[in-house]
Amino acid sequence: MSEVDAMTQDDSKPETEPVGGESPRAEHPTIAVKTQFQPGSAGDASEKEKVFELKDISVAYGGNPAVKDVSIDVYKHEVTALIGPSGCGKSTLIRTLNRMNDLVPSASVTGELLYHGEDLYGPTVDPVQVRKLIGMVFQKPNPFPKSVYENIAFGPKTLKMEGEMDEIVERALRRAALWDEVKDRLDDNAFGMSGGQQQRLCIARCLAVAPDVILMDEPCSALDPISTGKIEDLMMELKEEFSIVIVTHNMQQAARVSDRTAFLMVELDADEQSRWGRIVEYDDTQKIFTNPSDPRTEDYVSGKVG
Amino acid sequence: MESSGHIAASQVPAITRPRLEAASPRYGEKVIYWLLAACAGLSVLTTTAIVISLIVPSIEFFGEVPIFEFLLGTDWGPTFTPPGFGVLPIVFGTLSVTLWALVFAIPVGLGAAIYLSEYAGPRVRRILKPILEVLAGIPTVAFGFFALVFITPQIQKIWPSFLGSEPGIFSVAAGGLAIGLMIVPIIASVSEDSMSAVPAGLREGAYALGATKARVATKVVFPAALSGIVASIILAVSRALGETMIVLIAAGNTPNENLLENFNPVEAIQAMTAFIATTATGDIATGSITYKTVFAVAMVLFLMTLAMNLLSIRFVRKYREVYE
Amino acid sequence: MASRRDDPKTARASIALAGARGVTAAMLSDQPRRDVVRNTIFASLLLLAVAVALAGLAFLIGDSLIKGAPRLNIDLLTNGTSALPANAGLRSAIIGTVWIISFVALFIVPLGVGAAIFLEEYASKESRLARTVEVNIQNLAAVPSIIYGLLGLAFIARSPLNLGFVVLTASITLTLLVLPIVILVSREAIRSVPPSIREGSLALGATQWQTIRHQVLPAAIPGIATGVILALSRAIGETAPLIPLGAATFVTFDPSGPLSGYTALPLQIFDWVKQPQDEFQVLAAAGIIVMLVLLIAMNSFAIWLRNRYEQRW
Repeated sequence: MSEVDAMTQDDSKPETEPVGGESPRAEHPTIAVKTQFQPGSAGDASEKEKVFELKDISVAYGGNPAVKDVSIDVYKHEVTALIGPSGCGKSTLIRTLNRMNDLVPSASVTGELLYHGEDLYGPTVDPVQVRKLIGMVFQKPNPFPKSVYENIAFGPKTLKMEGEMDEIVERALRRAALWDEVKDRLDDNAFGMSGGQQQRLCIARCLAVAPDVILMDEPCSALDPISTGKIEDLMMELKEEFSIVIVTHNMQQAARVSDRTAFLMVELDADEQSRWGRIVEYDDTQKIFTNPSDPRTEDYVSGKVG
Repeated sequence: MESSGHIAASQVPAITRPRLEAASPRYGEKVIYWLLAACAGLSVLTTTAIVISLIVPSIEFFGEVPIFEFLLGTDWGPTFTPPGFGVLPIVFGTLSVTLWALVFAIPVGLGAAIYLSEYAGPRVRRILKPILEVLAGIPTVAFGFFALVFITPQIQKIWPSFLGSEPGIFSVAAGGLAIGLMIVPIIASVSEDSMSAVPAGLREGAYALGATKARVATKVVFPAALSGIVASIILAVSRALGETMIVLIAAGNTPNENLLENFNPVEAIQAMTAFIATTATGDIATGSITYKTVFAVAMVLFLMTLAMNLLSIRFVRKYREVYE
Repeated sequence: MASRRDDPKTARASIALAGARGVTAAMLSDQPRRDVVRNTIFASLLLLAVAVALAGLAFLIGDSLIKGAPRLNIDLLTNGTSALPANAGLRSAIIGTVWIISFVALFIVPLGVGAAIFLEEYASKESRLARTVEVNIQNLAAVPSIIYGLLGLAFIARSPLNLGFVVLTASITLTLLVLPIVILVSREAIRSVPPSIREGSLALGATQWQTIRHQVLPAAIPGIATGVILALSRAIGETAPLIPLGAATFVTFDPSGPLSGYTALPLQIFDWVKQPQDEFQVLAAAGIIVMLVLLIAMNSFAIWLRNRYEQRW
């Protein structure tokens, strides 16, 4: 089946490529998935499109390693979750994907990071351009101290996008499931909104510039459960258009929303002076949570260690 | 990325290379960077200009007047014939006024600071601090006038006879008092900042032992805030050294060759700043010996305040280090 | 690495401990009544200090009010300069001050805010450039104001700028004098904008300048405006820097433009102070009241502005 056909299928769940030749999720009773590919089909032309390919990515701040030797692939139209205990470098890792680490002078990134096959850290690459295509939502909602309308319109205006601004704003707010709540209050200051609304506003703001990928760094950790639920539902809708990478310290959230999960652990060096993170396992979410390959993963997801 | 649920095949872009290079060379950003850097660099330019404006005439000055005669001599009268170039009288004049200013300002300023930091409730602080700001904002010509028409007559009135003759129209006492009043806000607010920064835990420990406020203030808070307090005093000294209008109006313009007599509060003196102000009027000729003398004196003044400032930075850094 | 003994935190803690030890020793000795007495005396001394400061301020303002009352009328503002006290007034001086301060405002906003933006947003904090600039600004803030006047005399009135003794010379000189204030306050205002705002803007694909221009600066404007107004009120009150600039205190005309001769409020007052006749003393006092009213109004406005528009994060 060609990829285009796959995309026009009226599936509620995307196709997944089983990694490592495992049997498909179809065996799991709660999720019915149509698997299109043979196990171990790397190199198959109908292979799922990769958004990011990380090869031995390591990040260090001023010589102190934060995350080491990450080699994973992130796929299009999936929600990819990064989980792990605090200090394991999940945030650092996700920030390499849109070059936000550039803002830290002492940060250095080694390894290869391909975005749709292009080296994201190539010599001619402009980080500003990168961030237009790869958007980010932060842990603590950070709306601008302006009106709802101005918050959303800032991106398109600054990037000189074409189209009627009113339409762009409305579309972004609808897409973020916020339109009905704010349509009569577009000129109100964003700071007057609740935390959950502010975060959806930030998501809408990100959507307004029409990115390709949305990165979310613990987007719900500052929110109440109801707002969290709304945003999780939103994620499931958005992945039809975008590709999403989410960092979360909430395992159940990862299990709920993601298609693929990467589990990172902290490593210490010999004399416990420095610590960094490393990928332990990266696989289908179902597999990570029900039948992980690595005992450390098992310990973490079953709550034995945190 | 339209807001439809499905993406028709025709709308899917062929998998093309994403454009990651900059859309435009963005020269504007570079221009802005250099413009802003120039604004910041102006400060360096200003310092350089000040230094050059002082050094060049000073060097020429020392070509004509031996440096030791200048720095160690007590015969000051550059505009007289024959001219005297010993600068010590006016240096001592400045030092004297500064000293008397401190005699007034340190107890008053520190007292106000301790009161604000340890005793005053929030309502009192809300009234008192703005009042101190008002005091800080009063133009120096107003202080000078106050010294001349209020302080001087009052001093003359209450001057006890056993202290000898009372001060005349111009006196160190009047000038010193006025400068002292002017620098009280500097000492008070910087010291108060420093004392407020002392962690509450230190105070509470002492109070828990039953100590009185006085003890806590003097034996716990004051020593802990010491470097900030010293910084405030140094800043105040620097300000007093450079003060022109008050000394000009109230302390007189007659240099006193007897160096120690400069410190006598009833005496009139000439401060360095007063000399500069009266001599550097618009018609002073560039390159004349008078011109060079003015700048040589300004050089001495500049070096004195610079030394004070660098010293105070050291102390401020020490007290900031601990809490930040 | 400094040894633990040199660590300021330890120094502070040990000073405080010594104090606490002294306190405890005193507590455990039987002098509680002496303590109460000492405490009362101490508190009274503090109040005395505060009272003296307040009294000084009160006497200054009160004395000027009393002495200047006879001339606190509209003539004071409408009369021009005159050798006869009855005909003398502040008109030329006020116009001169307005001209001078207008140009100061024009200069300090771009220069001061520009420097602040550069130091806060562009320069790496540890770089040699940033630290040199910072040290320079700190030192400039401590230079006596009369030396700025000499700088103006040396390079602005005379070569290389050769402007002569005109409004513009005074404006440039005063600009250099108050620039450190504007830079300091603007930096604080910019710094108070949280990094999350910048991150949010950059993550959308905005450039650094776009972020500063559309998000950081607008949020910092109330603080910056307050700083500018405070700097201007400082500039209005400065006399010393203008003295070497040959400001003729006896101008018979109203200053007419940036290249005209001038007098200014504090200069006119100083001139009156110097006159022996009592009537001029009255004028001086009245002039001081006018200046104080102006300055208090400006500073109150600046504070109101900050309270009203300050962004709370």
